[in-house]
Amino acid sequence: MRLHTTLAALLCLTSPLLADWRQFRGNDANGVAEGPAAPTTFSDTQNMAWKVELPGRGLSSPIVVGDKVFLSACSGPRQDRLHVICFNAKDGAQLWQRQFWATGRTLCHPKTCVAAPTPCSDGKRVFAVFSSNDAVCLDLEGNLQWCRALAIDSPNASNSLGMSSSPVVVDDTLCVMVECDAESFTTGLDAASGTTRWKLDRPRRANWTSPGIMRGKDGAQDHVLVQSSAGVIAVEPKSGKIAWDYKDGASTTPSLVVSQQVAYVPSHGVTALRQSPTGSDVPEMVWRAEGVNPGTGSPLVFKNALYVVARGGVLNRIDPKDGAKVWQTRLKGDFSSSAVAAGDHLYCFSEDGTGQVITLQDDAGEVTHTHNLGETILCTPAISDGAIYVRSDQHLWKIATK
Amino acid sequence: MLRRPLLFPLLGLFLAASTGSAADLSAPIQALKAIAKDGQGQVEAIAAVRVIEQADAADLPVLLAAMDDANPLALNWLRGAYETIASRPGAKLPTEALTAFLNDRSHLPQARRLAYDTLKSVDPGLEDRLIPTLLDDPSGELRRDAVAYTMKAAEKLAADGKKDEAARKYAAALTGAVDEDQVKKLAEVLKGYDQKVNLVEHYGFLTQWKLIGPFDNKDKKGFDVASPPESELAFDKIYDGLPGADGKPLQVKWRDLASEDEMGLFDVNKLFEKHMGATVYTTTEFDSATAQAVEFRLGTSNAWKLWLNGEQLFAREEYHRGMFLDQYLVRGKLKAGKNVLLVKLLQNEQTEEWAQDWSFQFRVTDFSGRAIHPSKPVAAK
Repeated sequence: MRLHTTLAALLCLTSPLLADWRQFRGNDANGVAEGPAAPTTFSDTQNMAWKVELPGRGLSSPIVVGDKVFLSACSGPRQDRLHVICFNAKDGAQLWQRQFWATGRTLCHPKTCVAAPTPCSDGKRVFAVFSSNDAVCLDLEGNLQWCRALAIDSPNASNSLGMSSSPVVVDDTLCVMVECDAESFTTGLDAASGTTRWKLDRPRRANWTSPGIMRGKDGAQDHVLVQSSAGVIAVEPKSGKIAWDYKDGASTTPSLVVSQQVAYVPSHGVTALRQSPTGSDVPEMVWRAEGVNPGTGSPLVFKNALYVVARGGVLNRIDPKDGAKVWQTRLKGDFSSSAVAAGDHLYCFSEDGTGQVITLQDDAGEVTHTHNLGETILCTPAISDGAIYVRSDQHLWKIATK
Repeated sequence: MLRRPLLFPLLGLFLAASTGSAADLSAPIQALKAIAKDGQGQVEAIAAVRVIEQADAADLPVLLAAMDDANPLALNWLRGAYETIASRPGAKLPTEALTAFLNDRSHLPQARRLAYDTLKSVDPGLEDRLIPTLLDDPSGELRRDAVAYTMKAAEKLAADGKKDEAARKYAAALTGAVDEDQVKKLAEVLKGYDQKVNLVEHYGFLTQWKLIGPFDNKDKKGFDVASPPESELAFDKIYDGLPGADGKPLQVKWRDLASEDEMGLFDVNKLFEKHMGATVYTTTEFDSATAQAVEFRLGTSNAWKLWLNGEQLFAREEYHRGMFLDQYLVRGKLKAGKNVLLVKLLQNEQTEEWAQDWSFQFRVTDFSGRAIHPSKPVAAK
C-alpha cells in the first residue's frame, strides 16, 4: 500500500514534466515527446485548436510548462525590441508579455532574426536568450528574476549573420553558447541569480548549434555536450569542467542528439560517440556513417531508430547500433527546422509552411498527411500533451484534438 | 555564485527604506542602476527588483525618470519592474504624469517610448493626436511612427488627386526617416514626383577618404600588426607594403579616393586595386561644430579597426558574414573642430565568389540614426 502511494505520488510529481516541452527539441533536447500521441491529420478547420497573432518575428520554438506556452519574438526595424510572451495553452489567450531592449548587435541575415534561440525552463522559471546575447529570466508569472547583457561583458561576441544557439538548463545551470568568429565562449550561469558559474573560451568560428544533454546513467552526473567546428566537449554543468573532448571536428549548423548515453554527432556524416567506460577524457567512437549528412535540421532518435533529414529533404532511417541505412524517403521542400516525434510519427515543417506527418514503419516511412499553413515556418515545433505548437513570424498555432 | 541567505538582509534593507511612496524607491533604484558588466551587482539587483515591483502604479514615472542616466543593462532591469507594476490587474496608471514625461523631449527616448506604449494601451486616440507631431522627435521609434503616419496621409492625398500636397507630405515624411525601409520607399515614391533624393546627403555617408595599402594580411596575421598609419598619418611618405610578384615589398603611398555610389559604398576592389590577404587604411577628417557624442555607423563584410583622434574605438575580426547598412554602431565623442577618423580594413584569402568583397560604408549619426554632417565639408579632390 505504501509502495502504491509512493508510486502514485511520484507519478503526480513527474507527469507534468513528461507533458512539458521545456526547451529546444524538448526536455532532453532530443525531439521526442512523451505522453499522448499528437494529431496525425490537421487542416485550417480540423484539429486546429487555436491560432494567435504574434507581436514580432521569431525562429525560436514555443516551449510548454504546465498549462502555459512561452515564446520569444523580436520587433522594430532593427529588431531591438525583445519579447517574451506567455499564452494559456488551453485557449491561446495571452497571459502576459514582457519586453526588453537589446543591448547587443541585432542586425542579422534576412532569413533569421534576433529571436532565433529557443527559450528554456526549469519548471519554475523561463530563460530567454536572444541573438543580441541578452539573457532574461522571468518566473512563470512574468516577474523579472534577472537579466544579463553578455554583449556588454563581451562586446565582440557576435555574428553578423545572427546567433541562434538555444540554451539548456541542467543542474540549476543555464548553459549558453556564444560562439562566433571573434570573441567566442560558452558560459554557465547560475539559474537562480544569473551570475557566472564558469566561462570557457571556445573555437573562433561561427557556430549555430545548440547544446545537447547526456543524462547521467544510474544517478551519474548529467553532462552538457557542446558541439563546434572543433568537435564536441562534455561539460559538467555546475563546474564547467570538461569531462571528455572529441576533437575530430563537427558541423556548425545541425546539432547532435543523445539517446541512451550515445551522442549522434553531425561529424564526418554522423558519428556515434559514448563516454569511455574507463573514464578517459576521449570518448569512444561507436560507429561512423559518412554517407549520411544532416541538413540544417538536427537528427533525432525515436523508438530505436536514428532519423536524419539530409539536404534536399531526404529522410533517412539509420540503425543506431551500427549506423547502417535502413530506408530513406523524400519529404517535400527545404527545411530549416528539426523533425520531432510523438506516437508513431515524425512531424516536419518545411520552410514553405507545409506540415508533414510521416508514418514510421520498420521497412519504410511514408508521408501520410500534409497541410500548408500558408506562412514561412523556420521553427522546430514543440509537442506537449498530444498537441503540436508551431510558429511563424506572424502566428502561433496549436494543433490538437479539440 | 548566489548565496541565497544574503538576499534576505538586502531585501530587509530595501523594505525598511520603502513604504510605497515614490521617494522611498531611491535605494532599490540605485541598486538596479549599479548593475555592471560581468554580473556585478546582480545579487543586490535581484533583491531591489523584488522591492520595486511592489510599488504603486503612481511610481511608474519615477522608474521612467530613473532610466535617463541608467546603463543599458540597468534599463532592462528597470523596464522589467516597470512592466510588472503596469500590468498588474487594476493598476491605476498615472496618465497625467506619464503624459508629461512623454512630452518632455529631454528624457531618454526609450523611456519616452515606453511611456507612450503605456498610455496608448488606455487611450486609443493618442496616436492620432500625438504621432503626426513627432517627425522631428529625438526618439527614433516615435519618429518612425510619425513617418509611417505621414506617409499614409500622403497616400490618401495622392489617391484624392491632390498631387502637390501629396508630394509635400512625402517630402515632410522623409525629414524624419532614417530606417532603410522607409527611406527607400520614400525615395522611390518621390522619384515619381520628379524629386530625386540625395541618399548620401540624407544618410550622411562620408565619401571622401585618403587610402593607403596594401599591407600584408596573409594568413589573417595583419589584424594585430600595427603598420605605419597606426602611428603616423604622414601623407607624403612612402612605405613598404605587402610583397609583390618579385618578392620585394610594394611601395605604397596615400591616395585620395572618393565614392560616387548613391549609398556611399567605398569598394576597395574597384576604387583601388584587388588584393587578397591584404590590409588598407583609410582616413578622413570630420569637422564638428561642437563637442558631441555620436554614433559611427559602419557597414563592411571585412575585418576592421576604427580610431578616432588616435584612440582605438573598436576592432572586429570577422570576415564575410554579410554586409548591411548600419551593421556596426560604435559610440564615440567628437571634439569641437577637426577630428581624424582612421579605418583599417582587412581582406582575407577566401576563394569563394561571395568572399571577394572588400568594401565599406561609413556615416556619423546621433543615437537615433539621424545624420550628423561635418560643419565643414571635406574638400572634393
